[in-house]
Amino acid sequence: MNQMARNTALFAGVAVLILLTGFLQSWNSAVLILNMGLISAIMAIGVNLQWGFAGLFNVGVMGFVALGGLATVLVSMPPVGEAWAAGGTRVILGLLLGAITIAAAVMVNRRLPRGRVQLLATAVILVGGFFLYRAVFDAGVEAVEAVNPAGTGYLGGLGLPVLLAWPIGGLLAAGAAWLIGKTALGLRSDYLAIATLGIAEIIIAVMKNEDWLSRGVKNVVGVPRPLPYEIDLQSDPVFIERAASLGLDPVVASSLYVKLGYSVLFAVVLAIVLWMAQMALKSPWGRMMRAIRDNEIAAEAMGKDVTRRHLQIFVLGSAVCGIAGAMMTTLDSQLTPTSYQPLRFTFLIWVMVIVGGSGNNFGAVLGGMLIWFLWVQVEPIGLLLMDAITAGMADGSALKAHLIGSAAHMRLLTMGLILLLVLRFSPRGLIPEK
Amino acid sequence: MDLLNAIVALSNFVLVPAIAYGSQLALGALGVTLIYGILRFSNFAHGDTMAFGTMVTILVTWWMQSAGISLGPLPTALLALPFGMLGCIALLLVTDRLVYRFYREQKAKPVILVIVSMGVMFILNGLVRFIIGPDDQRFADGERFIITARDFKQMTGLEEGLAIKTTQALTVVTAVLVVALLFWFLNRTRTGKSMRAYSDNEDLALLSGINPERVVMYTWMIVAALATVAGVLYGLDKSFKPFTYFQLLLPIFAAAIVGGLGSPIGAIAGGFIIAFSEVTITYAWKKVLGHALPESLAPDGLVQLLSTDYKFAVSFVILLIVLLFRPTGLFKGKSV
Repeated sequence: MNQMARNTALFAGVAVLILLTGFLQSWNSAVLILNMGLISAIMAIGVNLQWGFAGLFNVGVMGFVALGGLATVLVSMPPVGEAWAAGGTRVILGLLLGAITIAAAVMVNRRLPRGRVQLLATAVILVGGFFLYRAVFDAGVEAVEAVNPAGTGYLGGLGLPVLLAWPIGGLLAAGAAWLIGKTALGLRSDYLAIATLGIAEIIIAVMKNEDWLSRGVKNVVGVPRPLPYEIDLQSDPVFIERAASLGLDPVVASSLYVKLGYSVLFAVVLAIVLWMAQMALKSPWGRMMRAIRDNEIAAEAMGKDVTRRHLQIFVLGSAVCGIAGAMMTTLDSQLTPTSYQPLRFTFLIWVMVIVGGSGNNFGAVLGGMLIWFLWVQVEPIGLLLMDAITAGMADGSALKAHLIGSAAHMRLLTMGLILLLVLRFSPRGLIPEK
Repeated sequence: MDLLNAIVALSNFVLVPAIAYGSQLALGALGVTLIYGILRFSNFAHGDTMAFGTMVTILVTWWMQSAGISLGPLPTALLALPFGMLGCIALLLVTDRLVYRFYREQKAKPVILVIVSMGVMFILNGLVRFIIGPDDQRFADGERFIITARDFKQMTGLEEGLAIKTTQALTVVTAVLVVALLFWFLNRTRTGKSMRAYSDNEDLALLSGINPERVVMYTWMIVAALATVAGVLYGLDKSFKPFTYFQLLLPIFAAAIVGGLGSPIGAIAGGFIIAFSEVTITYAWKKVLGHALPESLAPDGLVQLLSTDYKFAVSFVILLIVLLFRPTGLFKGKSV
């Protein structure tokens, strides 16, 4: 019971912090922090599934988040008919050829007896397939990217409702995780870490360069929203009347209405994911996972298929990260591949999990909300601090300008410090695993 | 068909850059591999350690430049390098004392140390950006080229030019010197031998009276020196940007793992393997093939296997292939 009270107090503390932001700064930024905090909490649950339940060291979170974002574009943007006519089928055919090549190489590699013939045959298939793929694919890409490059220049999406993109983002991330897990999960923890770090970079590189897919660094803007636009609300007489009855300006009210709408959507998803994660943790499956985490050899001796269970939870955790990524792109209503930075989307999520308490889903949620709050608020606090430090210095001195200008980099420093302090003095996190 | 021109073009665009880049990676990978061998964890903060050492070197270089000190045709950064090393050594020793030592005494699991190094990475990253800012910094001065493409063309009368930058030559010479020194130290000196003994078998080393704290201290010092040299050479050759150094982590780890974590020779071999594959696979071969093949066969396209932006993919695929077929790397590494 004592533990329960403590946890409630911690969550209440975060709520107070966000409310304080509302009172002291603005309600707009408070709701923004809340929204991204909810998304961060979902990402943290995903990482917690892998690390806290199964002890898998995944530092490729950014890649799965980005895949979720990609799914949003692929599902919800309207298709570009002209581009499809120009080279769409050719691109798809090229991709199919590439997939067939890899599948054939894997099959030949498996079927033929080990030896020189096997290696040679695999190499011939791979090299031949690669050139065939490039021959078909490149021309298609060129044609697609030539269609109105300033406006579209890509194939577009399916034009489906954007909410559908959330589960599909999860599926896309899960598919990628399955492929990665198949090859990399047998590896030791450090190797898995480097492998996932590399995969994430590759996914971002693909999104930056394959313009036919998601316009690359030209970004996709104006992704459809699940909620009405502020402009429409402001011209809606019913809405204006309601806002007036609450004593609010219609412009402020419409903006808050949309943001709070997102908060409700995100909170629902978070609740579902959290409930599922809790059920999984309490189930025999969850106990088995923790048994594998604590002693792989013993678990294997008890007849558990360690590699398959690892693959399973790796896919599940990555899917959760993908869902969160799709939600984030929906919130921003644009996809900007250059904004995906490993420090922000991989390592920060890790700080959330460790600080919150690895192995505990509520800990992950708390860590996600708290660390996100700090990540946003450290910058103004750092600026205040710098102002205080430099108050005595002469105006216009180079050192003063430098210190104030660098205040923005305080957040990395602070995050590292928080991580190290928690690891040192409270390694089980704020809400420890039971 | 003109083989001589083809060879010159190949050297100019592939061999020379790849050798320089390979040396830089090898020096970085040596640091990672030493930490792995002695302290037994993968240090995620290595890229940022390189950035820190380089930053100190840059600051001293700027001071020297403003004071009018220079090395003539060689970059001033060489003079500032020892100061950078000292700064980096101080940083790593302080970090070890404040952060890592606690976990060593606890005998924490390696993966905990990896997470701790993530925290150190955050702090170093913030520190470097805080002091020097997140932007590109160029600090190379002195003579830019040993031989320019134009001079080479005039000298030999060939159609293709071969340019060798001072920094490229410097990289290779420095790398050879540093590696020779490191191997002499590891194989010939008492401290080096005790380091290798500790890496091979910790308990046995302790029993024979080797002081582990001393071994660890020397390791950090060597790693700091190596990281600074690698970082400064990379910065001279290309340019210094904190984020690029953070991203170097991937090819450096790939090099260390391909060679076999814990094996210094492996780190060097791995560095060159990664560098050569990255450059050859992302290079547009049109020019070289145009010279090497008879006219009728000369290619129309760029003959570029992958766009340069996919260089991470190259190091990664090699890493994966090696791990799948030889899980401990080319030169038998160790596994914790």
